[in-house]
Amino acid sequence: MTTLNFDASTDPILERRRAIQNAAATSLGRRKISSRIAIGICWAFLAIAIVPLVAVIAYVVVKGLPAWNTDFFTQSTVPEGIPGGGVWNAIVGTAEIGFFATAVTVPIGLLCGLTLAESDGNIAAAVRFTADVMTGMPSITIGIFGYIAIVKTTGKYSGLAGAFAIGFIMLPVIMRAGETAIRGVPRDLSEAALALGARRATIAHRVLVPAALPGITTGVLLAVARGLGETAPLLLTIFGNQYLQWNPTKPMEALPLVIYNNSSQPYANLLQIAWGAALLLMVVVLVLSVGSRVLAVVLQRERR
Amino acid sequence: MIDPTPTPEVAEGLGSGTDEPPADEPVMRLQDVAVAFSGRTAVRSVSFDVYPGEITALIGPSGSGKTTLLRALNRLHDTERSASVTGTILLGDTDVNADSTDPTLLRTRVGMVFQRPNPFPTMSIYENAVAGLRFNGVRKKALLDEAAESALIAAALWDSVRDRLKAHASTLSGGEQQRLCIARALAVEPEVLLMDEPTSALDPIATKRIEELIGELKHRVTIIIVTHNMQQAMRVSDRCAFLLMGEDKAGELIEVGPTARLFSEPSDPRTLDYVNGRFG
Repeated sequence: MTTLNFDASTDPILERRRAIQNAAATSLGRRKISSRIAIGICWAFLAIAIVPLVAVIAYVVVKGLPAWNTDFFTQSTVPEGIPGGGVWNAIVGTAEIGFFATAVTVPIGLLCGLTLAESDGNIAAAVRFTADVMTGMPSITIGIFGYIAIVKTTGKYSGLAGAFAIGFIMLPVIMRAGETAIRGVPRDLSEAALALGARRATIAHRVLVPAALPGITTGVLLAVARGLGETAPLLLTIFGNQYLQWNPTKPMEALPLVIYNNSSQPYANLLQIAWGAALLLMVVVLVLSVGSRVLAVVLQRERR
Repeated sequence: MIDPTPTPEVAEGLGSGTDEPPADEPVMRLQDVAVAFSGRTAVRSVSFDVYPGEITALIGPSGSGKTTLLRALNRLHDTERSASVTGTILLGDTDVNADSTDPTLLRTRVGMVFQRPNPFPTMSIYENAVAGLRFNGVRKKALLDEAAESALIAAALWDSVRDRLKAHASTLSGGEQQRLCIARALAVEPEVLLMDEPTSALDPIATKRIEELIGELKHRVTIIIVTHNMQQAMRVSDRCAFLLMGEDKAGELIEVGPTARLFSEPSDPRTLDYVNGRFG
């Protein structure tokens, strides 16, 4: 131990130092054990959360992979009792519905997000609150809305009606993701632009959106992944179609619908196709989620 | 066990006769200390001794590794996976980096004050002052109270907070918050107190008060302070270690010696240039 040769007036300090270091050393064993236990509990709960996640993924892969063959990706769905068949019509339907929903909601959602990020008034608060409520709304409600708003008024089921309903699932997610990304841009940057004489629209266009782009991209791709997996809004809007249909104004098939319809059938080949469709949907969502993250990292790295 | 002769860097610096090290045994000895992040050297081969009751200042321009070196002294780099510290750091007889040295016990002996005041926002002034003791299993109320009062007095904060110890730390001004952070570090009665540019976020008046405080504290604890302000180093420190960024961006120790000598007749021309404000 180092001895400190100070005058007697500092002795109480040395004494207290000794008392504190003793207390710390004697309680060290107890503190180490409780710390280990706490960390152990954290890991245990992590394991509990991961087991079902991994189990679901593994189960879908094991059950779905055998369904993947050339027919699966090139043939249309077949009715019960007929062997074979695929999900080509559902892939086309999901892709088209996803495309139209994304094409409409991304510009609207991002402009809303930008507006929300830049305003703090009561109206903005109300819109923000509504968006949050919509995010949590049961998707069947959105389906009913799509049915009344489009199917009832146009008098027919269609892919576009499905895109409309899916768009309402995606819109609030994109809005809030965009707002969060833009709010994440440091205030210094917009103030620096202000101080150079930039107008608000210029700042948004030249400074905020470019800086927020990685976050925006992630949000959009996650919203798309979310929308593609929804079933309930499609049930009441696109009706389903056993034949390949490219025309979005006609009833269409979609991957979630195939899973939903086929999984309640007693025929082995239909169940098999349902598993295959589930795996395909899972892979698409996974690719979008991983892709969004990779893209965000790449965009982030480009600026350095 | 420990070679009492000065390290080569120190020996080189023995230009004038005023460089005699104090008679006391060093509190801390750095021998060939290097810090690397992901294999890239950030600080290279630093060796010097820290003497009890002295204030040692680490000076040098940005990027010279002052803060990196300071954080190695109480193993704060432990939490950074990519960081590796090599060489030997001795605190008394304790090898700081030895596996047998518990980092939490080490940190009760080597405290730290950071650049920005960082009192715990959910704790009261009193709770902040005794936080380090509570973290370390001290439960005796008498010891907690005594340590808190002594530390707050030493940090020149007692008179203004004695009537509102239960108030939140966020009600204090920036300078007061930094003094609370100093009190919090002192309450554990460390042997060494590391200060990482403790006044860089404060206004000149608060800075002056902290500097005065540092001068008074050296009778209680050995202080190692990082500063990029040369006037501050001159005002508060007894001994200075001057670091500079090498060509490969790794910080190197250029020279170390008593502050008065380092500022008046440094042995390295780069030190002379730096203390005269010709670069950095």
